[in-house]
Amino acid sequence: MVKRRVKFTFPPELIKEPIIYKLGQQFEVVTNIRRADINGDKGWVVLELEGKGEDIERGIVWVTGKGVRVDPAIGDIVEG
Amino acid sequence: MSYAIALRCRKCGREYPLEPLNLCDFCFSPLEVSYDYKSIAKAVSREKIIEGPPSMWRYKDLLPVDGDVVDIGTGFTPLVKANNLGQELGLEKLYIKNDCLNPTYSFKDRVVSVAITKAREFGFDTVACASTGNLAASVAAHAAKANIKSYVFVPSDVEPGKLTGIAIYNPVLVTVEGSYDDVNRLCSQLAQRYNWGFININLRPYYAEGSKTLGYEVAEQLGWLAPDCVVAPAASGLLFTRIWKSLDELSMLGLIQPVNTHMYLTQAAGCSPIVNAFQAGILQVHPVKPNTIAKSIAVGNPADGYYALRVARQSGGGACAVTDEEVVEGMKLLAETEGIFAETAGGVVIAGLKKLVSSRLIKKSELTVAFITGAGLKTQEVIAQGVHPFVIQPNLESFEEVLGK
Repeated sequence: MVKRRVKFTFPPELIKEPIIYKLGQQFEVVTNIRRADINGDKGWVVLELEGKGEDIERGIVWVTGKGVRVDPAIGDIVEG
Repeated sequence: MSYAIALRCRKCGREYPLEPLNLCDFCFSPLEVSYDYKSIAKAVSREKIIEGPPSMWRYKDLLPVDGDVVDIGTGFTPLVKANNLGQELGLEKLYIKNDCLNPTYSFKDRVVSVAITKAREFGFDTVACASTGNLAASVAAHAAKANIKSYVFVPSDVEPGKLTGIAIYNPVLVTVEGSYDDVNRLCSQLAQRYNWGFININLRPYYAEGSKTLGYEVAEQLGWLAPDCVVAPAASGLLFTRIWKSLDELSMLGLIQPVNTHMYLTQAAGCSPIVNAFQAGILQVHPVKPNTIAKSIAVGNPADGYYALRVARQSGGGACAVTDEEVVEGMKLLAETEGIFAETAGGVVIAGLKKLVSSRLIKKSELTVAFITGAGLKTQEVIAQGVHPFVIQPNLESFEEVLGK
């Protein structure tokens, strides 16, 4: 089992969709929300994902495909 | 021993021991070094600092390191009174902090010097970083000095000049084929898998503190005075927040008068998530996909964006973005007026400064310091196509004919 700390940023059209619930259900990934800020326009959620490495990877690909931006929780790793 | 006492979460205030950690276990917010300022106040004085080495390490009492430092000669770079540029822009008291003149030609030497010193203290035999150039060169150079193995990861489209400036120090240099986001994702996974000192991940709280020396130096070089206005570039936002913190600390320690500095941050319009949030009047910094020639500050999802935004607001400062054309104009203007060849990030600062003055946010009589954080030779391709020398034959007739003498 591995853990990944990530930040999901949702566009307005996905605010109402239960993406995190579906991620947990479909990919057997345990989702643990630590911080979030959602309003009518946009929103972000910082959470920990726990599961098998390949399940987390498949889950992130699915979430990204839905239109959610996925970043490391710390922000960008690549610097100038 | 240093006066650092703990790592503290910037959001919820929880404390952690001084270890290689960067995020709070509870809320995943960034950690920051906290100090015993009471003891520092007893230990430091202007005189003691002035007697210190002519480098960033004259401020060692204000940094979180315990023993010998890994130093390649960083800091105490010139603060130049920029009369020509000031006249051009309409500023009476303009100064340029020229941090191009560090050993690897960027301000990154300040942060990396602290980070590699800590890596050695923690017993890491390998350090690593992900970078578009400046950070990688500095990490490779400091690791060479410290006899530590280094892995540096750069996107495959990095400028050729920067690649050479990294390779010369003989790190394990890895170019990653993929998008910026791919490189980000890969490196965050590498940081989890390998027990390395990842400079801007698990060593980030210490790395961040090195930036403070830029602010200390400016205040000392101005005769123990905080400027009225600061104009600095923002990538992750960390440098900007630490310049503010440094002035605040000096004031708290009684080394300068209370600070009333207006902090202005500048970004390239092709990657300006912090400026966007400032202008929208919101506290959320929404990530963007970078698309600018100012690659060294093209951070789409800035780790310290929220905190940089807060500093700009709380200090009564601001934020402004400039186009790539304005960046090049800014680079030329600085070179033509002050003889300083800055990289694109410097062009962002000068073009931003010009806008801030013309919109009267920065006033004529305010003592203003513009921070130039990297040298132009690193990004010369952005101006190379505009270079058109006169071509003559090796005789006087040709000279006079071509130049109309």
